[in-house]
Amino acid sequence: MTPIPETPILEAPILEITGLAKQFSLHEQNEIVPSCSEVALTAFPGQLTALTGPTGAGKSSVLKCIYRTYLPSDGRMNFHKSDGTVVDLARISEQDMLQLRRTELGFVTQFLHCIPRRPAEAVVAEPLILRGIAPDQALEQARDLLARLNVPERLWRLPPATFSGGEKQRVNLARGLIAKPRLLLLDEPTASLDKATTARVIELIRAFKQAGVAMIATFHDPELVAALADAEYRLVPPQSQARLTPALETAQS
Amino acid sequence: MNPNYKLPGAQDSYSFGFLDEFAKREIRRVILKAISIPGYQTPYASREMPMGRGFGTGGLQLTLAMIGPDDTLKVIDQGSDDSVNAVNLRKFAELTCPGVSTTESTAGASLIQTRHRVPETALREDLQVPYPDPLVIVEPSEARRKVMHGEGDYARLLTKLYEDLVQFDEITISHRYPTRINGHYVIDPSPIPRYDVPRLHHAKALMLFGAGREKKIYAVPPYTDAEPLVFDDIPFRTENFNTSDGKRRACARCGATDSFLDELNLEEGGKAWQCSDTDYCNRQLAGANAREVTP
Amino acid sequence: MKPILDVQGLTRIHGTECPSCLDMTGPEHNTNVCPACGSIVAAANVSFSLQPGEILGIMGESGSGKSTVVKTLYFDQAPSRGKACFQDDTRTHDLFELNGAEQRWLRNHRFGMVYQNPNLGLNFSISAGGNIAERLLMNDLNHYGDIRRRASELLTRTDVMVGRMDESPRQFSGGMQQRVQIAKALATRPPLLFLDEVTTGLDLSVQARILDLILEIQHELDTAMIVVTHDLGVIRLLASRTLVMKHGRVIESGLTDQILEDPQHAYTQQLVASTL
Repeated sequence: MTPIPETPILEAPILEITGLAKQFSLHEQNEIVPSCSEVALTAFPGQLTALTGPTGAGKSSVLKCIYRTYLPSDGRMNFHKSDGTVVDLARISEQDMLQLRRTELGFVTQFLHCIPRRPAEAVVAEPLILRGIAPDQALEQARDLLARLNVPERLWRLPPATFSGGEKQRVNLARGLIAKPRLLLLDEPTASLDKATTARVIELIRAFKQAGVAMIATFHDPELVAALADAEYRLVPPQSQARLTPALETAQS
Repeated sequence: MNPNYKLPGAQDSYSFGFLDEFAKREIRRVILKAISIPGYQTPYASREMPMGRGFGTGGLQLTLAMIGPDDTLKVIDQGSDDSVNAVNLRKFAELTCPGVSTTESTAGASLIQTRHRVPETALREDLQVPYPDPLVIVEPSEARRKVMHGEGDYARLLTKLYEDLVQFDEITISHRYPTRINGHYVIDPSPIPRYDVPRLHHAKALMLFGAGREKKIYAVPPYTDAEPLVFDDIPFRTENFNTSDGKRRACARCGATDSFLDELNLEEGGKAWQCSDTDYCNRQLAGANAREVTP
Repeated sequence: MKPILDVQGLTRIHGTECPSCLDMTGPEHNTNVCPACGSIVAAANVSFSLQPGEILGIMGESGSGKSTVVKTLYFDQAPSRGKACFQDDTRTHDLFELNGAEQRWLRNHRFGMVYQNPNLGLNFSISAGGNIAERLLMNDLNHYGDIRRRASELLTRTDVMVGRMDESPRQFSGGMQQRVQIAKALATRPPLLFLDEVTTGLDLSVQARILDLILEIQHELDTAMIVVTHDLGVIRLLASRTLVMKHGRVIESGLTDQILEDPQHAYTQQLVASTL
């Protein structure tokens, strides 16, 4: 895996990953399925780090391991918190991880997981409300962002369940972007979007960089990588591992 | 009672007041305990009495435990000294407590045994016959009721009052209105009408309640708080004896306008209203007559 | 932040109990019943903590012990062993060391419970409003007008038609009965709410609305909740963290999205794979 730095490294990293590996132990099938191995990367505030590589290389897995949707099998992920302390995301407690997700860590997944029957604008406003912003203010910002992402106003008060893939993705993006976390993970953020909206997303991402948000993203489109990435890590599909390593033990709350 | 019955001549070995001395001592001790825990239903070993349960055996045991030859006893039933029940109880006391005098005058009595009413005149002592536990309507288990009383948990009872208000726009309990004694225990003050409940509050007299069938004695000591259960915004109302134009009715016999009135159906049709407390009515008449006589 | 509830080693065994009970039961033995003495190990060594305002899911099938856990915490049953500390503002209560009166006080003033069977949570001999009034009266609210007002507010909030407030819940549909239960449980604004299979058995559309209601209320009141269910959809929707139980033991615990996407234990993998 070769890093291709495009900009000189000026400040302290926000996340340092070393030796990250993930494998799935499927008990029923009695199989061990490797997902990624020997991943190392460093992310910096105000920069976008792209993960590239073929399907099956484990790009989404890396993001999910950082967010702890997957439990890493091995490795360290040192995160520099806003208060200056450094924690290993692989080992912090569940409570601490929930706290980070509320305040510093964001994830725009490929699928919109949200309360099925709430209006789109409420879904987008939620991360702000969780941070203590007044509901009417949060809604205003939500609407603003939805507008910027070309979501038609008539959809704002409707639940996203009936939206098209592209519309859902925009709601998803809006929700991920609205709270401006310190580290934002993006999994194929423009996959179902048209050119116009893609351009808007690029604008937003550039604005985020200016605001000092660190981003780690997977892109299928090399043009986007070229346009946005400050660093690129190319992943290769992991070798099959005969050994079974259990998921790392996390701290008790 | 058999009018020809006479007690045997040699009465030395017969105890005064029908009950043996041990029984009287136990009841007196229980009375003291009941007074020291106002409103608490104190269990006691209720004796079999020569009359049916439900006719005042509890009250009678209290009377017999405390009465002495110098006492003057008044017995009323539903306010009246003349009812069969009252007469029987009075005669029983006369028979078994030689030397005791009986009276129909409230003011002249040292001990009053009553059922279903509190006399109009301010009391010095009072005894009643209730079905003792107001929580019976919401909780069938005695063990659980005891815990509820202990913890002062009357929410379910109050919920019943709430349901009444919702359904009928007023609290429909007419007799046995649950009353909180000394800020804790809620008692069933016996089938006295709501009219009489305020009389319990800071009364000068000691009120003792004996339930023979349920084997419980409880007390409202003198000058003790006795507050009917109400909601903060729904005041406790007593019976109103007003005519349809708002005028307070008077007793047809004595003219009193401040007593609890019984409604009577007249033989010739129609209704009349009369004091429930016969002694009070008589005294009113006497007073009125006396005024007429004096020039 | 100090947890609002901290449970250690909660165990409940029905029967005489013998030294083999714990070793011979559990997921590896596929049974709750001790082969040596016949005692039933309903729950063993359950430990977890709950933060204020957090929703914890407890997932499992029949016999998993999930209901036993909340029943002991709500004092419907006594545990055989274990410790549970409830943080009430500045006071800490050691739940299983409290006497009956103290436990009843907490039940009435600090906890709320919604049962799967409305017969357990509601009194059918009084009106829906009366059910709520009872709880308010236990909390020293003694003003009839205020009680009426608050009961209407709660029933409106839980989407129960206020016009039916004075009817017995006996006449209501299953979904509405659950909503009256929720209104009743919330009457006292408890910091901790237990929900035991509250939507099981209801029509799907009804379930959805009730779950939405629970979430909205949690957002508004910041109530900590323990949600017991066998339904993955409910867990996914409500709980940020989840415990998975089998045969009385906690076999896995973690962030809900991790449990659902990267289950570690064989049984959890089975459960997750079985969603229709």
